[in-house]
Amino acid sequence: MKSRFALLTFLGKEGALSKVHELVREMRVSRVMTTSLFTISPDASMAELKELMREHHISGVPVLENGNLVGIVSIEDLIHALEQGKLGNPVREFMTSGRLIVAQANEPVMEAVRRFEATKIGRMPVLDTQEKLVGILTRGDIMEALLDALQEVYSEVERTHERPEHFFEALESDSTSLVLRYHVKARDFARGGDASAKIKQALLRIGAPAALARRVAIATYEAEINLIIHTDNGGTITADIKPAEISVLAEDQGPGIPDVELACQPGYSTATPEIREMGFGAGMGLVNIKRCTDTMHIWSAVGIGTRLQMVFRVPPAENP
Amino acid sequence: MQIKEIVERLGLTVLVGEDLTGEVTGGYVADLLSCVIAGAKPHDLWVTLQTHMNIVAVAALKEVTAIVVAESAVVPDTTLEKAAQQGVVILSSSLPIYETVKQLVGLGL
Repeated sequence: MKSRFALLTFLGKEGALSKVHELVREMRVSRVMTTSLFTISPDASMAELKELMREHHISGVPVLENGNLVGIVSIEDLIHALEQGKLGNPVREFMTSGRLIVAQANEPVMEAVRRFEATKIGRMPVLDTQEKLVGILTRGDIMEALLDALQEVYSEVERTHERPEHFFEALESDSTSLVLRYHVKARDFARGGDASAKIKQALLRIGAPAALARRVAIATYEAEINLIIHTDNGGTITADIKPAEISVLAEDQGPGIPDVELACQPGYSTATPEIREMGFGAGMGLVNIKRCTDTMHIWSAVGIGTRLQMVFRVPPAENP
Repeated sequence: MQIKEIVERLGLTVLVGEDLTGEVTGGYVADLLSCVIAGAKPHDLWVTLQTHMNIVAVAALKEVTAIVVAESAVVPDTTLEKAAQQGVVILSSSLPIYETVKQLVGLGL
């Protein structure tokens, strides 16, 4: 018992395990306590107490007189009565009374834990704000509630740590991929960045590492803006997401790039002054894309269109 | 340093942004979006004269903590609306970029 509560003291301090720490602080006694209460009158005999304890497998009982808490009687008190051969005597003679250590229903569990640690007691009657008995709290109740809460925290952690390969594990095929398609309109600057933002969200949602999602989003954004700025009739963006590789294809039907090599040079731009005014046309789009991708292919023909393929490997370190 | 501390100490105007508790750890200055995309880091403060709505997409993409529009440049409602939707903070400074950055450096950024 002692060592268990040393752990709780640790949890109560600043520092690590902040989520658990938060839970213990936020959890109220009322959520943890046992509410199915057995009580006994101070005038009942210790023999009656013995029966109550035996029948319900309990080790401590609050003593109520006219609805008020006047004491608490435990299995240790029963042993004293047995030793002295006084099972016929009233509970009043053996119970702990006077300054009872109690818990308040609305106080944080952490406070109750401190009180358990500071005293040797095994249980505390729980009172509401009107000083009425509403439950009983044992160390076991706290442990149980904490284990439940930890279980919740861990399942949450597991959910957020899902990797794409876990997402895909549930789907059987020879080669599974998730395909997202977006139509991008020419000159639609108002929606510029929508497709890349949605791809990023989707990647994060299926558990891709944040750094990878960011790289994909940046490259896709540049490709998306290129479709908006340069194409005659817009184009499509297709993200093909596989467990170990993500491929994003930006396609359009013209006008096509006359000199791809030149277009890939830093600072080369064909953007009009109006477009530069909006902050585009730095001539860095394809350079940025290249930096973010593991492989990049551009195929283009004037009068036919352009196909830009960007491939991102899911890094092995993040792909255990 | 939190956005709100910078706002208070530099007397900036908050154009959009409800949550000013975001941490700022550095800064980036450019008007060309591709440069920002290449150079800005998450938690930067991005100082610019651009006010077109695409600055919102770029800010969200790069996860910068806030955009500071210098010289009290007028930011169109469309930009403000998009920023509000995406939770991007936009601040306004009455000073030119150079002076604004000097003050930011003075704060220890």
